[in-house]
Amino acid sequence: MEVTINNIRKEFERFPALNDVSLKIASGELIALLGPSGSGKTTLLRLIAGLDFPTAGKIFFGDEDASHHSVQERNVGFVFQHYALFRHMTVAENIGFGLKVRPSSSRPPKSEIRRRVSDLLDMVQLGGLEKRYPNQLSGGQRQRVALARAMAIEPRILLLDEPFGALDAKVRKELRRWLREFHDRTGHTTVFVTHDQEEALELADRVVVMSQGKIEQVGSADDVYDRPGSPFVFSFIGESSHLPVEVKEKTVLFQGQPIGISEPVEGGGELFFRPEDVSLVDAQDALFGKVTACRRLAGTRIAEIDIANEGHAPYHVEVEVPLHAPVALGSEVRFRPTRWKVFTNG
Amino acid sequence: MSENASSTISKQPFFRDPADERPLAKTLLILVALAFLAFFLLLPLISVFVEAFREGWGAYYEALVEPDAAAAIRLTLLVAAIAVPLNLVFGLCASWAIAKFEFKGKAFLITLIDLPFSISPVISGLVYVLLFGSGSLLGPLLKSWGIEILFAVPGIVLATVFVTFPFVARELIPLMQDQGSGDEEAALSLGASGWQTFRYVTLPNIKWGLLYGVLLCNARAMGEFGAVSVVSGRIRGLTNTMPLHVEILYNEYNMVAAFAVASLLALLALVTLALKTLLELRFGAGNAGGRH
Amino acid sequence: MTHTATASSAKWRLKQPSIIPGFGLTLGFSLAYLSLIILIPVAGLLWRTAELGWSGFFAVFTDRRTLDALYISFGTAFLAALVNVVFGVIVAWVLTRYNFPGRRLIDAMVDLPFALPTAVAGIALASLYAPNGWIGSLFMPFRIAFTPLGIVVALIFIGLPFVVRTVQPIMEEIDKEVEEAAATLGANRFQTISKVILPGLMPAILTGFALAFARGVGEYGSVIFIAGNIPYVSEIAPLLIVIRLEEFNYAGATAIATIMLLLSFVMLLVINLIQAWSRRRYGNV
Repeated sequence: MEVTINNIRKEFERFPALNDVSLKIASGELIALLGPSGSGKTTLLRLIAGLDFPTAGKIFFGDEDASHHSVQERNVGFVFQHYALFRHMTVAENIGFGLKVRPSSSRPPKSEIRRRVSDLLDMVQLGGLEKRYPNQLSGGQRQRVALARAMAIEPRILLLDEPFGALDAKVRKELRRWLREFHDRTGHTTVFVTHDQEEALELADRVVVMSQGKIEQVGSADDVYDRPGSPFVFSFIGESSHLPVEVKEKTVLFQGQPIGISEPVEGGGELFFRPEDVSLVDAQDALFGKVTACRRLAGTRIAEIDIANEGHAPYHVEVEVPLHAPVALGSEVRFRPTRWKVFTNG
Repeated sequence: MSENASSTISKQPFFRDPADERPLAKTLLILVALAFLAFFLLLPLISVFVEAFREGWGAYYEALVEPDAAAAIRLTLLVAAIAVPLNLVFGLCASWAIAKFEFKGKAFLITLIDLPFSISPVISGLVYVLLFGSGSLLGPLLKSWGIEILFAVPGIVLATVFVTFPFVARELIPLMQDQGSGDEEAALSLGASGWQTFRYVTLPNIKWGLLYGVLLCNARAMGEFGAVSVVSGRIRGLTNTMPLHVEILYNEYNMVAAFAVASLLALLALVTLALKTLLELRFGAGNAGGRH
Repeated sequence: MTHTATASSAKWRLKQPSIIPGFGLTLGFSLAYLSLIILIPVAGLLWRTAELGWSGFFAVFTDRRTLDALYISFGTAFLAALVNVVFGVIVAWVLTRYNFPGRRLIDAMVDLPFALPTAVAGIALASLYAPNGWIGSLFMPFRIAFTPLGIVVALIFIGLPFVVRTVQPIMEEIDKEVEEAAATLGANRFQTISKVILPGLMPAILTGFALAFARGVGEYGSVIFIAGNIPYVSEIAPLLIVIRLEEFNYAGATAIATIMLLLSFVMLLVINLIQAWSRRRYGNV
C-alpha cells in the first residue's frame, strides 16, 4: 500500500508539533522516521495510524483519502513502544483479538482464528507459547507477540513506534536483523520510528530525518550520511565538526585566512566535515590548532583539537589521525578537510 | 503556506480520540454517577443539617447544651483522648518493628493487625462482654476489687481501642516500608542514638502519614456505634457517647435533638475529609486505601 | 547475604541481623498490646463457643431466627455489594477519566462513608427513605425504609468507597497505549471497554466487591435505624447478637458471633487469594 502525506500540520494547544510535512511512501518500502525527541516523528506515525488527527493536510492510502477515516477503518498494524499487550489475555488471545472483535459478518470462524494465530506464532518464532501471559514473556518475546498481533488483522501498512527502544543492546541487534528479514518475507509497507541513527541506517530502505516538526531530508542511508542536506542532518547523523567560514572568490576563508579548499558559493557560512574526511598537511593554507586529547575509537584514533579564537573560547574540532602515528598532546597540527560541505547563511 | 493551512482548519470535521468515549456517552455516565452519589451520599449529608435546623437555631442550641447531650459530648472527647494516643503509640511501635526489620511471621502479624477491620463492631463489643461480664472469670473478680469495666467508661474505651486499633499502623507500615532504612542507617553511622534517629530522622519523614492515620483513627473513635453500644449499657449522662445519645433521642422521636447531635458528628466527618483531602493534595500522604 | 543464609540454615533465628535498634522493644510492645486488646478477647469468644459443645452450637445455628438473620445479613450485603460494583466502577471511571466542574469535591466526598459515624448515616438514611422522607415519598406506595430494601440502601452507603477506592488506583494506571492498541486492531469503543479494560480491572473489582460485602455483613449502626428490625424479615445478624445479649443469652450471642467471624475469615482468605492469583498471573493487582 502506497501512503501519501500532503502538507500535514499538527498543533497541540497552538504549539506546532508538525509543520507542513509531506512524504510519499512507496508500496513495500521500509521507512525509518529518525530524529531527536520532540522532532515530531511519533506524532507523524500516530497521524498515519489515525490515533491523532491533523490540524490541516491530508493522508492518502493509495488513491483513497484516509484523512477522515477512524483508526478502526484504516486497518493499520501498530506496534506500540511498550507493546501495549493485554495482560489479562494469553498470547493466543492477544493475537486473535483483532479478528475476534470484527463484526460477525466478516469475523472468521473460531477454528480459522485458531489456525491463523498458530501460523502467526510460527512466523514470529514463538510456537508453543500461546497459553502464556504477557507477564511470563521476555521483552523480545513480547515485542514479537505485539508484531504478530498487529499482523493478524492483515494490515495495509505496518507502523512501529520505537520498536527496539525498550530492549537491551543484544536483543536489539538480533531483533533488528529479524525485522528486516520479516519485512523482506512479508513485503508490507512498513514505517518505524527511532531516535537511534545506527538502527535507521542499517534497517531502512529510506530514512526520513526530522527535526522540530519538519522533515530535514529523505534518502537512503548513503544519501543522508554522505550527502547531508542541512546542517542539522550533518551534525545529527554521524560525527562531525563545524567552523564559521567565509567564501570569497570560491576560496574558503577561516578567520580571514585561506585554508586550502574551495567552494562554488559565495558569502558567510558554516563549514562541516567528518573526522575521517581530514588529512594532516604540512602547508600554510590549512586549519591548525592544539591537540587537547587523543583517544582510541575502535579501529581509529581521534584527536580533539582546539583552534584559537581571539578573545573567545576556542573552537573545538575532532579529526582522525593515523592509528600508528599518534600526535603528541599539546602539539600543533595542521589539517585540511578532504570532503566537506559549506552551508551558507540565509 | 500558513494561510493555506489555516483555511483548511475550518473544513476539518470533529475528530474523536480513539481512547475516549463519545460526548453523549460521557455526559450520560457523569449524570449517572452524580445521581447515584446524590441519592446515597449527598442527600443524606444535607438532610442531617436540614433536620437539625428544622426548628431554628434556638432549638438546635438547646439540644446541644442540654445536660445529657453535653455529658455525651464530654465522654466522646474523653474516650477519643485515651484511645487515639494508645493506638498512636502502638502504630509507631508496630510499623517500626515491621518496616525496619526482617523477622519470621511478619506477614501473619500484619494480618492480625488488620483483624478488627474484618470483625463486625457488634462482635468487637461482645468479646469484652464475654471477658468482663457477670458470667466470666474476670468480671466478678474485678468487681470485688471495686473496678467496673462493663457498662462503664473503661469498657467503652476498650471497645473503641479495639475498633480503631489498625488505623495508625495501617497508614504507617506501607509508608515506612517504602522509605526503607537508608536514612536511619545514615543517622546511626553518624553517631545518633536510637531515640535521636527516630526523633530527628524517622518522625519528620512520616509525620504527614502519621497525621493522616490519627485523623482517620479519631473520626472512627468518636463515631463508633456498634461496639460501644454493646458495652456501654447506655446510662444517660454517664455512659452515653454522642452516637449512642443520637440513637436514644431518635428512638424517643426527638428528631431535632437527635439530628442536632448528629450534625456535630457530621461536621467532624466533614472536617476530617477536608483535612484528609488537603493532606493528599499537599503531600500525597497515603492513598485512602480500601480498608478503612 | 549468602553467608547469613548458611548461618541461619544452621541455627533458627527470629530476625535477620540489623544495626537498627529497638526491635525487642517495639515488637515486644506491639505483641503485648495486640494480645491484650485483640487476641485474648477474641480467643475468649472462641473459648466460650467451644464450651457450648457441638449440640449447643448446632441448636443456635439451626434456629430459624438465626438462619433468617444470617440469610438477611448475607443476602442484603451481597445485593448491596453488587449495586456498588456497578455504580462504583462508573463513579471511579468518571472520576479518573473525565474532567468536569466539582470533580475534586466529589472525589473527596466518596470517602464520606468512611468518616461519617454509622449512627448518623443510619438516622439520615432512615428519614430520607422513610415513606414521608424526601426520597421515600417519591417511591410511594413502594416502601424502601423499614423493609429489607432499606438494609440494602444502608449497605450501599457503607460499601461504596470500598469499591471506588479499590478500583480507582488501578484504573489510573491503565496505559492509554493499551486502549489505542485495541482501536488499531479494529475494536470499537464499547469492545475496548468490555473486552480489554473491564477484564483487566476484574481482580480489583472482585476485591472491592469482597471488601464491601464483608463490611456489609458486619454492619450494624447504619442499618438498624432503616431496617425495621422485624424478626425473620428485616433483622440482621449483628442485631440478633445484641438482642441475645440483652436477654442475657450469652450462648446464643456467642454462637452467632462465631459463625459470622468464621465467615468473615473465609472472606478475608478469598480476598487474599484473588490478589495472590492476579499478582501471579498479571504481574500486579
